[in-house]
Amino acid sequence: MIRVTRKLEFSAAHYYHNPNFSAEENRRIFGKCNNPHGHGHNYVLEVTVAGEPDPATGMVLDLKELKDILQREVSDRMDHRNLNYEVPELAGQIPTCENIAAVIWRLLEPKITQGRLDRVRLYESPDLFADCTADSNGSGR
Amino acid sequence: MSRPLKLSLTRRYRFAASHRLHSGSFSPEENLRLYGKCSNPYGHGHNYTLEVTITGPVDAETGMVANLGELDPFVEREVVEAFDHKFLNEEVPEFRASVPTTENVCREIFRRLKSFPAAHLERVWIEETSKNSFEFGEESAGVEQPKP
Repeated sequence: MIRVTRKLEFSAAHYYHNPNFSAEENRRIFGKCNNPHGHGHNYVLEVTVAGEPDPATGMVLDLKELKDILQREVSDRMDHRNLNYEVPELAGQIPTCENIAAVIWRLLEPKITQGRLDRVRLYESPDLFADCTADSNGSGR
Repeated sequence: MSRPLKLSLTRRYRFAASHRLHSGSFSPEENLRLYGKCSNPYGHGHNYTLEVTITGPVDAETGMVANLGELDPFVEREVVEAFDHKFLNEEVPEFRASVPTTENVCREIFRRLKSFPAAHLERVWIEETSKNSFEFGEESAGVEQPKP
């Protein structure tokens, strides 16, 4: 099996706030991420697809096709957007790295027809990233 | 068909420390042959990069595997404060009995962090230089380790 990874960058704004918490709880739990004016990141997304290379083409999947899927499903939805207000798939969720990675996984999984989605890695900064993978033990959510 | 998902969070930390690779079980010649310039008795140092990976269910209220407001101070206290700008051989008690190779540093950091209460520790990865990195994960943690 071969794993192929494509990288993509997008920039977006967000803030963390849960209406079920009091103002004090929001500040205590989310810290400066709770600033209601929001803040932003240059996100770096790595999408890994696993599969056997096609004997005729030598490719697991057509990277041009993957690039187009990432443009449509991720960049068009999230680049230069406010993740709290402009991405319906995140509605009602705190737009953390974990939740964004899971949303991206669910958007991409049905679109990838050559090979199989193996991992979505989302960097919020060089020092913080979330990995979303299929849960082989069935212990996830 | 949608598969159940597993989420992990990886956070990167940095510390600078000195060490010397030398074992009392070997002769000076053997130490020099085994560890080369790393056995220089005056020690040498590195800028270490540490990645800590935790997993667990994503809390529906916070959207988090664990709050960095809890993870950061835990790693700072257990590892960074103990290792940063220190001579590992003398100032981290565990390395009085074992050689502070980055393999052993990985294992020691995993041991120090596995009690993190808010999520499950999956992996510790350390880059010693841009050319060398080491990883210790939960799959290795269950294996009986040789006594130093």
